[in-house]
Amino acid sequence: MKRFDAINRIAEVLTEELVICNIGIPSKELYHLRDRPQNFYMMGSMGLASSIALGLAISQPRKKVWCIDGDGSILMNLGSLSTIANVNPSNLILIVIDNESYGSTGDQYTHTHNNTNLEIIAEGAGFKSIVKITKGEKIKNILRDLGKGCHFVLIKTKPGSALVNNIPLKPIEIKNRFMQSFTKN
Amino acid sequence: MNIDQKLYEIIKDFGIDLVLSVPCILLKGILDLINERKELLHIPVTREEEGVGIAAGAYLGGKRPAILIQNSGLGNSINAITSLLELYNIPIIFIMSHRGGKGEKILAQIPMGKITNKLLDLTGIKTWSIKSSKEITKLKEAIIYSQEHNCSVGILLQKSLWSEEI
Ligand SMILES: [Mg+2]
Repeated sequence: MKRFDAINRIAEVLTEELVICNIGIPSKELYHLRDRPQNFYMMGSMGLASSIALGLAISQPRKKVWCIDGDGSILMNLGSLSTIANVNPSNLILIVIDNESYGSTGDQYTHTHNNTNLEIIAEGAGFKSIVKITKGEKIKNILRDLGKGCHFVLIKTKPGSALVNNIPLKPIEIKNRFMQSFTKN
Repeated sequence: MNIDQKLYEIIKDFGIDLVLSVPCILLKGILDLINERKELLHIPVTREEEGVGIAAGAYLGGKRPAILIQNSGLGNSINAITSLLELYNIPIIFIMSHRGGKGEKILAQIPMGKITNKLLDLTGIKTWSIKSSKEITKLKEAIIYSQEHNCSVGILLQKSLWSEEI
């Protein structure tokens, strides 16, 4: 399983969830697989997807918020794990697709390829619900069955990205349609 | 009311409903009030840039966030201010204690203190500087400006603001 396959499985389960998606190829892959107004593609601010998702989760407590993040980006903002685990919103799933590499910059290894274990880091940060997935076919059922809570879901994949085009939307369009997707009703 | 109470009341009364903070000794009084009174949602963050991310997400979800930090943390936030707040036009209020100015005794504060105004200028963030209790209404002005123009603003709280009380 590569990240593209993982995002494909995640995209198939989505219903009303608000999604904050990581910078670079993950956002392009999600756009390609299943674009929807409830997707916020983070085009800049490397490392901050999980933080944006936390802010959204506390301000929209009745919505489910999913963050699609990566190993490189979460390693850049490890403090975010402790903030999220301490705020502990009841409506947040932080999905970290760990392909042990910086996939958007040419597949250079991250430290998870060697000694670093994000599952243990999440536990140390204070997450009470941690799930590790290594088989693609389990993704849908696990995500579907996660109840209320603040969940850390680690999906281990191989490196490598799909060949997908850039997202043609302007950042302002992404923001406006995202906000309208849950404020109009 | 002392300075901290006055600042706190303005923050509370002018529509801010979420505070992200990294502590500074100058901000201790305001942070204590925020924590004691529990009228504002408050999330202490581990690094200023993280606060910018949370603030941006909260704005998307309908909140009016302010970030309460020392000016040194502005340096930690530049990429997020430009490639998140500016890129998506997300207005956030930055309330910063300004170390490294006149009378600063800690050498380490001076380099960042010197370039703080220039950094805010570069990022296009309009900034208000508050040096004394007489100027405290500038905080209102800045918050209202941010709301009316839908843009991020900076408020620099100078050390002299507190030293006049001592
Ligand atoms: Mg990666």
